[in-house]
Amino acid sequence: MSRQMGDSHRRFLQTMMVNGIVDEQGARTLYQHCCETHNTQYAPDKLDEFIDTINSKLQPMFMQIRKGMSEDNGQQYYALVNMAETDVTRMSSDYADNELELFRKTMDLIVGSENGKASSTDILNSADTMTSKKLKKSETEHLLNRLVHDKWLSEKRGEYTLSTRCIIEMEPYIRTMYQDQVKVCQICHNIAFQCQICENPTCGIKIHNPCVARYFKGRSEPRCPACDDFWPHEIPEVRRPKSQSRR
Amino acid sequence: MTQRKRLSTTQSSSQSARQPGTLVAQEEDDDPTFTQPSTSQVQRGLEKLTSAQVDQKTAEVVQYFLVKDQKKIPIRRADLVKHVVKDYRNIYPEIMKRVVRTFDQVFGLKVVEIDTKNHTYILVNKLETVEGASSINSPTNPKMGLLFVILSVIFMKGGVVREGLIWNTLKKLRVDPGEKHEEFGDVKRVVTDEFVRQRYLEYVRIPHTEPAEHEFRWGQRADMEVSKAKILEFMGQLHEQDPQSWSQQYREAHSSPNSTQASTSSQR
Ligand SMILES: [Zn+2]
Ligand SMILES: [Zn+2]
Repeated sequence: MSRQMGDSHRRFLQTMMVNGIVDEQGARTLYQHCCETHNTQYAPDKLDEFIDTINSKLQPMFMQIRKGMSEDNGQQYYALVNMAETDVTRMSSDYADNELELFRKTMDLIVGSENGKASSTDILNSADTMTSKKLKKSETEHLLNRLVHDKWLSEKRGEYTLSTRCIIEMEPYIRTMYQDQVKVCQICHNIAFQCQICENPTCGIKIHNPCVARYFKGRSEPRCPACDDFWPHEIPEVRRPKSQSRR
Repeated sequence: MTQRKRLSTTQSSSQSARQPGTLVAQEEDDDPTFTQPSTSQVQRGLEKLTSAQVDQKTAEVVQYFLVKDQKKIPIRRADLVKHVVKDYRNIYPEIMKRVVRTFDQVFGLKVVEIDTKNHTYILVNKLETVEGASSINSPTNPKMGLLFVILSVIFMKGGVVREGLIWNTLKKLRVDPGEKHEEFGDVKRVVTDEFVRQRYLEYVRIPHTEPAEHEFRWGQRADMEVSKAKILEFMGQLHEQDPQSWSQQYREAHSSPNSTQASTSSQR
């Protein structure tokens, strides 16, 4: 087992520290770039081994490069996560206490919702119930922009979801904090926020939209993988990974 | 906040050190209590600790460095001891030895003491700059772009310029230090405070000027991290001119320690 880190590993890690998260294609390109830059052997199928080597050295620092799926497009992503601080305090060097409170409230809304989303109106309303120093409407809006910019939240048409980075990084925190509410995808067993739900009241399993697309692809009559009831939702198309996107 | 569960105990000490970003640099000075322990003190201290405890403390110090470095804030030994090292101060030299080794072997970063009197440290990249890799030498982040322009002007003008020249240059690029900028906010504050605290720039009052006038120089971090050859390349592209035509700058760019350091560090 080659467990020694070289400059190619160090360069890969440094880039991960700057970006926080890369998609699988981006990680492959970066892996190749790092190997070529430092004249070390590049094996296209050895990306995960390469990352394992880095992880073995990161582990004593309570850090890890972790793989996860985007709920949006089903693609794999790699995120550098900090396990020493898996809870929201990880963000405390960048955000003030009342800003963190609003982020927690937003998480509450998202986790508690059926579709894994929170509207800006709901978030603004929840700002009125803050116990720490209240945020003005404009401050809340500015904060939401910052959270999107820093890749903790994603926004589409006034609705907010947890970003892929946030889900990968905070999964242990979310599982602990929202034990009773958190839903797990029947197919990939990861936490599911944006998903389809079986309508059989005694079943009610959840499947991520991209997992739905892959699971039901080519089946003439979609049936729930758990209870075998008819699956009444629209089956999304399998999205092909774009090789350019880095986010 | 009250219901928060800690998933690990490791963070408690480093967490308490965290403050909202803008306050971090102005932590009070109370170093006098700290004196470097002797070798025998360290030895005795280590005997009382398990290796897991020492590893744990090392990891906390590494984390502290990384958080500060993300904002490019220099780390003061006084703050480090007070907020993170705490009860382990009697083995401080041993912990720092491990921290330095970890940054070198795992992260490819070098811990540099930039102020030996106040014991202030920064992290410097040991890996050679390659196209598209380092944020400062090929700036994609707008703030780094702004900094790169300022460093370029200073370098091309021989190492020191009056502030008026910088403000005029920026105005030509539609970045007016007197107005709130969409991306940078208070431009003057970013340039004369943020970049200065990060040690990218020096901003010093010119003696006997009334009203006060200041001049800019490269800061220590810029000396270590920014490639002058890259700056010349950038100027060459901007003016469609061969970088070698600025003969004095070209000579400096290709003889300065940071360009040679970069080329020797890639293979270790
Ligand atoms: Zn799934
Ligand atoms: Zn079902």
